[in-house]
Amino acid sequence: MIPYLLCLILFCEGLYCVLRKKNLIKIIVGIMIMDYAVNLFFILIAYKINGRAPILSPDTDIMNMVDPLPHALVLTSIVIGLATTALLIAIAIRIYQKYGTFDITKIKELKG
Amino acid sequence: MIETSQIIPLFVAIPLGGAFLTSLISKKADWLADLLGIITTLAMFILSLVAVRLVYIYDILMYEMGSWKLPIGIVMVMDGLTSFMLVTVNLVALLVACYSISYMKKFTAKWSFYTLFLLMVAGMNGVIVTGDLFNLFVFLEIAAVASYALVAFGTEKHELEAAFKYAVMGSVGSLFILLGIAILYAHTSTLNMADMGNILREKGASNITILVSVLFLMGFGFKSALVPFHAWLPDAHPSAPAPISAMLSGVLIKSLGIYALCRVVFNIMGVTPAISNILMFLGALSMVIGVFLAIGQWDFKRLLAYHSISQIGYVILGIGIGTPLGILGGLFHLFNHSIFKSLLFLNSGAVEYSTGTRDLKEMGGLSSKMPVTGSTSFIASMSIAGIPPFNGFWSKLIIIIAAVEAGHYWYAFWAVLASILTLASFTKVMKYAFLGKLGEKWNQIREVPGFMQVSMLLLALICLVGGLLVLPTISNIFLQKASDSLLQGLDYATTILNGM
Amino acid sequence: MAKEREKGMSLIVKTITRLTVGLIFLYGIYIISHGHLSPGGGFAGGVIIALSFIHLVLAYGKETAFKKLSQSGAAVFESLGAIMFLVIALLGLTGGYFFLNFISKGTPFRLFSAGIIPLCNIAICLKVGAGLFAIFIALILLKIDVEKKK
Repeated sequence: MIPYLLCLILFCEGLYCVLRKKNLIKIIVGIMIMDYAVNLFFILIAYKINGRAPILSPDTDIMNMVDPLPHALVLTSIVIGLATTALLIAIAIRIYQKYGTFDITKIKELKG
Repeated sequence: MIETSQIIPLFVAIPLGGAFLTSLISKKADWLADLLGIITTLAMFILSLVAVRLVYIYDILMYEMGSWKLPIGIVMVMDGLTSFMLVTVNLVALLVACYSISYMKKFTAKWSFYTLFLLMVAGMNGVIVTGDLFNLFVFLEIAAVASYALVAFGTEKHELEAAFKYAVMGSVGSLFILLGIAILYAHTSTLNMADMGNILREKGASNITILVSVLFLMGFGFKSALVPFHAWLPDAHPSAPAPISAMLSGVLIKSLGIYALCRVVFNIMGVTPAISNILMFLGALSMVIGVFLAIGQWDFKRLLAYHSISQIGYVILGIGIGTPLGILGGLFHLFNHSIFKSLLFLNSGAVEYSTGTRDLKEMGGLSSKMPVTGSTSFIASMSIAGIPPFNGFWSKLIIIIAAVEAGHYWYAFWAVLASILTLASFTKVMKYAFLGKLGEKWNQIREVPGFMQVSMLLLALICLVGGLLVLPTISNIFLQKASDSLLQGLDYATTILNGM
Repeated sequence: MAKEREKGMSLIVKTITRLTVGLIFLYGIYIISHGHLSPGGGFAGGVIIALSFIHLVLAYGKETAFKKLSQSGAAVFESLGAIMFLVIALLGLTGGYFFLNFISKGTPFRLFSAGIIPLCNIAICLKVGAGLFAIFIALILLKIDVEKKK
């Protein structure tokens, strides 16, 4: 039970970072932390007691392996996180080019 | 020789192939990118019409990827709601591709526009067609990331700021959805939608399903701009180039947000009175807040974006009522809103192409110089305000009648009030932008080029005849099938598992 | 008196890079080709291959890296990888189903087994490797524009 709760606390820390920090780069880091927390949660779900890594080789049998499906899902999710992060960073660099600052309290031209 | 269900993976494969071919061969010549874009979206539209006919004959079609059987493999399902959404998405995509041949001449790098556009269409088609929950998340992310890049396409100050806000909020929403999928997988140990519906029906309601419903409501609410989660829409939709605003407001928030929410709530988890009440309340809140915030706007596209929030509130209210008439009204309004909101955004793009401004106070009397834009804008404004005999009137009438029949008199009152305020807002737009005296600095403007006129005229034509979709003969093919597949609720699972 | 800045890093870094960048590339190819037998596969191998090119950029400066893989070459490889993946998936239609594993599967645990999976790994590696290198170059070029303006 404890690892799941700690994982969800990590998710909430990432959410706090997105909500309260004023620097653009720190917001992006917050989204990355949330991404890692959800991927970790997927892996924690897959664990079985006394299980070993789900890799098949000629001399092992299929008993006692952890669930391999969430490992495949996490691979996909890591790639998606990479693409989103790369796009966010490119947008942030361009914002610095145009506005001259990374501070979100000064980037407030769209209003109303 | 060719099995009929083999048409289903083509909906994802053809736009993806078109996108990567565009990125490979059309860096030198712009007309190649235009040609590929038009051919791909035309092929998708014809396929979606074929799909409607196939669903009418066979009632539900299923396709297993790579011949892995249920419940291990990924399946693609085509039922009534799927074919309805496919026609909506591909019709708007075709007309927007036709419009952007002329409009995107002002931007550089047209090939990257068409690549991202076709990727977005592939992602939306994938969300609609798939029958597996994690596959839905992957296609949702493909469409969402492509749309973040498209909002920032012009790389001016305002567009970048709006794109950053949209991207951050969209990522947080997607992470909520992923967390919900993780918890559901832990509870039911399967990812297939039909299998999950069966297992959830056997296990009954528990605290975990309530937690997952709340997470999905937040996540899909972010994508479809329901009211507490709507803050990105008034910044993102005006800042995008006009054809992309039409795609975003017209089909993206519906395919990624409303369709996915309906599929998960009705067919996987089963709709309970609590979820119904929450959906109705959020829908009514969206309607009212959207239209109150829209009245005071002077920027043409920002006003249209706030009206998008309001009209999505109508759709959610109709679907949340839960009776057959309510769901029919909600889905019909979804189709109508795609048509007239896309037309309105394309009109604002045409005005911006000719005059270079979006501020309503500076325009005046444009319909003497731009007759096509003026008349199509008039038709679209009458549609969205709900004046008979345009299509908006019929769908709003069905939703209000359904609300009254189910006994929710307060919601019907708010719906009528929002409709009246929408009419007031759009008479303001017509008065300031198109009617009245022509300002002196606008003496040199001309009508927009031919491709843009064709798109706007076709959309206006569909606005005029859209009311015919409620006639019983036509509605049996198109709308009734869609609402039936939502109404059968958890029986969706038995239909699919028996069909294998 | 300002001395013109030499391109790249110091001599020690350049020597070690010359020795190891080929080995990193080879390691990436090993992970891709054994993707169906051990952990790794297309995405992880593609990242390692992209890292070998980025290593060249960091140690020697971007002109040297552009001689090995130019910007337009990276874009062409990226699209080729994606189209190859789509063609493999569509060829499965000949066997009757999208994405069917239609090449013979052979005996398990050998290098040439498991049908289309090694080919898909190669396609993914092309796309991911070229794509990551293109992203890195695009971000670097943006920064150079900012500095030039100042």
